[in-house]
Amino acid sequence: MTVALRVNGEDVRIDVTDRTLLIHALRDHLRLTGAHMGCDTSQCGACTVLVDGVAVKSCAMLAGQADGCEVVTIEGLARDGALHPMQAAFAEHHGLQCGFCTPGMIMLGIDLVRRRGAADEATVRSELAGNLCRCTGYQNIVKAIAAGARDMAGAA
Amino acid sequence: MYDLAYVRPGGLAEATALLEADENATALAGGQTLLPVLRARLASPSRLVDVARLAELKGMALDGDRVVIGAAETHAAVSQSPVVAGAIPALGRLAGGIGDPQVRNRGTLGGAIANNDPAACYPSAALALDAVIRTTRREIAAADFFTDLFSTALEPGELVTAVMFPRCAQAAYVKFPNPASRFALIGVFAARTAAGMRIAVTGAGAGVFRWREAELRIDAGGGVADLDDLALPEDAFTSDLHGSADYRMHLARVMTGRAIAAVDA
Repeated sequence: MTVALRVNGEDVRIDVTDRTLLIHALRDHLRLTGAHMGCDTSQCGACTVLVDGVAVKSCAMLAGQADGCEVVTIEGLARDGALHPMQAAFAEHHGLQCGFCTPGMIMLGIDLVRRRGAADEATVRSELAGNLCRCTGYQNIVKAIAAGARDMAGAA
Repeated sequence: MYDLAYVRPGGLAEATALLEADENATALAGGQTLLPVLRARLASPSRLVDVARLAELKGMALDGDRVVIGAAETHAAVSQSPVVAGAIPALGRLAGGIGDPQVRNRGTLGGAIANNDPAACYPSAALALDAVIRTTRREIAAADFFTDLFSTALEPGELVTAVMFPRCAQAAYVKFPNPASRFALIGVFAARTAAGMRIAVTGAGAGVFRWREAELRIDAGGGVADLDDLALPEDAFTSDLHGSADYRMHLARVMTGRAIAAVDA
């Protein structure tokens, strides 16, 4: 089947099988390998992208279900070489070690700001229910998202 | 995932025809349960009929003393709805605590009800509030809808279109979430209705149920402290790697007490 998407601001049409997951369409068909397949059970959130502005796990969505939708991946955040405020906050606060879960964390962080604004630490921790990190113990991830949320709210 | 066909019909009639024409076809809404199940090769439908965008399954509105919520409304939408918050605040809060943010952005009310996972949150609210499930063929009382583990009164080809919840200001849902999955290890929905206190328990293992002994005790003037010696339906509780039946029974008492306290707070 042919799926039409707007990915990171660019209109694309891709030929996929009916059972192709969005994560595979992004990674294998469009070579956007920032979103990661971290688990096989839709629990880890490393594949999180924005579909029509809201965070979804792209491993729990068929490419066909996203037909006609706007998708933003980690690759679509930086503008003219400048990091998105949420990306910059992860760099500033060292919100990563191996980096595998980071794209999903950042996309969820952006969704969190959309819904909750400049959230406090407890809110950030509870909102991270669907994003797993096996390195950091979350301390710096929570710091980074809280700081990124403040920066985004301040910029808005 | 086994090979399958995916189709997104443009209207409810077309979706129903597709489901009725092929007994191995399955409706796909948010897919937050179904897609992981398919990826694990635990099911092999011939065809997925995507109903998530159908306008006939959308909308949240008051209809007399009921809130009618379209089956394809997401948990996120229900949790943010001023209509729901005004009529049944506990229902909005329940929706806002299902799974995780990404799951709430995709998962739907109709999908959760139709799947009837024994640890799902929504069935407890539907049962406690005497909700009515509207389908493509009829209306079914919640008490008749949830039949068994992952089983409902839905017939092949029949689709949930909306759930009608009677308005209830005095209600609360309290759950003890599994720390990994956020599914309810035990969840209790308590509601003071015109017919008395209603207490529905989810997560026990064998499917959602009403704890009628506790309802009667509260209606007779008892308090939370009077529930400790009350019998729970032992058949409803099972043991698995997340907890023993005894542990779940203990949790059911504690969560019921907290839910009733929250109703009356």
